[in-house]
Order: sequence, then C-alpha cells, then structure tokens
Amino acid sequence: MAPRIGVVVFPGTNCEHDVVQAATAAGGDGVLLWHGDTQVGAVDAVVLPGGFAHGDYLRPGALARFSQVMGAVAEFARGGGPVVGICNGFQVLTEAGLLPGALQKNGRLRFLCEPTRLVVTSTASVLTAGSAVGDELVIPINHFSGNYTCDDETRARLQAEDRIVLRYAANPNGSIDAIAGIASEGGNVVGLMPHPERASSALLGSEDGLVLLRALVHAAASASAAT
Amino acid sequence: MRFRARVEVQLRPGIADPEGATIERALPALGFEGVAHVRAGRSFSFEVDAPDEGAARTTASELADRLLANPVIEQSRLELEAI
Repeated sequence: MAPRIGVVVFPGTNCEHDVVQAATAAGGDGVLLWHGDTQVGAVDAVVLPGGFAHGDYLRPGALARFSQVMGAVAEFARGGGPVVGICNGFQVLTEAGLLPGALQKNGRLRFLCEPTRLVVTSTASVLTAGSAVGDELVIPINHFSGNYTCDDETRARLQAEDRIVLRYAANPNGSIDAIAGIASEGGNVVGLMPHPERASSALLGSEDGLVLLRALVHAAASASAAT
Repeated sequence: MRFRARVEVQLRPGIADPEGATIERALPALGFEGVAHVRAGRSFSFEVDAPDEGAARTTASELADRLLANPVIEQSRLELEAI
C-alpha cells in the first residue's frame, strides 16, 4: 500500500491540493488533514504546505503554531515521523520551535515568485536522502518572508551537524549562508522555502521537485514499516 | 484591577532590518538630514484584568514573549498602567 502523506490545511493554506497531487505522483497517497484535528491519524508523513495560514497575521506561522493539530504534529515528529514544511509550512515549523531560526522579510522587501537553482548540500534528511551532495535542482520560490535568519551559534551548529540541506545557487532573499532548507537533528523534520510540488511535472517546467518528494515517500514507507 | 499594556516589538540589535533600512534610504529624498539608525517595529496595546500590577505584568510579558514577539529575532518592551 502506498504510504499516506498527510497534508495539513490551515485557514488560508492554498497549496494543499498541489501537494496532495504531487505526493501522489511521487508514489504516495496524499490525504488532507485539518488544523482543528487533535491527531494526525494513520499517516506515515506530514506536510505543512504553503499559503497564508491565518492570513499571516502578526507574523507568518505565528498563529498557526497554536492550532490544535500542531501538538499532534510535534508528537509525530518527536517519534521520528517525517515532517516537511514547505514555504509557509517552514515558517510554521520555526515558529513552533520544531526547527531553529526564523524567516524574516526578504532582503530587498520584494515578493519573489520565480524558479530558483538549488544545490543539495546534505543528504541527511527525509527530503534529500535520494539526492547526492552537489546535485542541482530547479524549483520555484513564492514568498515575501523567506530570508532565513538565526544566531551565529545556531548557524555553526547547523553547519557542523550537516543540517543545511539545500542552498540557493544565487541567493534571492538575503538568507544567511544562502540557506533554502534545513533539517532537524534527526533529519526527519525538514523546512524549505522552495515549492517542490510546483516542480513535479514537465508541464510545470521542472520535475526536480519529485526527486525530493520521492525521498519523502520512501522515508514515509520506512517509517510505516517500522511501526 | 484593570491595566492597559503597551508592547513594543523590534528586531534585536544586529538583526538586519530591511524595512528600517528602506525608510532610512528614502529620507534624503524627502529632505530629512542627520537621521540615522532607523529601526522599524510594531506596537500592540491591550487591557488586562488582574489582582495586582505584578500579576498583570506576568500575564502581559508572557503574552508578549510567547506570541507578539518571536524571541529568535525580536525583542519586546512592555509598559503597564493602571486604568
């Protein structure tokens, strides 16, 4: 049976159907989860998709982190379950403390919506395990607050623990070290600003996102087999 | 007792502030000179019912730290007055 990829819908989320479709194209079984759920149910991986959860009021992710489902997502992550936050989902994960640092307004205060070239810089995560270090992927970004920021200590730690998984080939938003995606200590929680689901078909101009999503489906299958 | 709280949230010193920097760059064109170190921030106000000022301060500062400011990049300053 295809591993179930639960895609969380907050009020204001707008990429959930794209992620469900792309996860399915990658060999998974994409299902929607609701922000008011107290459990994530029988899923093998969780994706927090992009959009504007709670209107991005206060700060992106600041209100979504208090959603009921986030307690269950945190527990799922603590148990080693694969959790991926894409764009707004990455912002939610940092606000929830599941990933370190914060995503600030873009360096030049511009909303950026364009394909970016990414370089895989670590394969120690559920999203990049199917890639090789140095691989280039073309995946679009679509954000105003994607400028990854953290203190020097955190940055050194991320680097030393091989947790910076994706970097921009040409830094579009001012992120420290051109960081596009990072992973948790165990590699099972990953946040990234680019949208792999928008690069999941040749019709969209790139299939590079499928490389990441297939790795996630594979990790979900292993997590499923382990329980 | 009821207290009015005002919370000011700003980016921590050393964290780049693109909004403040943009405002600062616009100043010469508007004829302002000698203005530097512009930092942008936000201000919130709310009222708190509490038995005394200490309790109101505890509630307000917890609210400021857990929700209004993201301590990773921001700091908050709280002012409280009885009303």
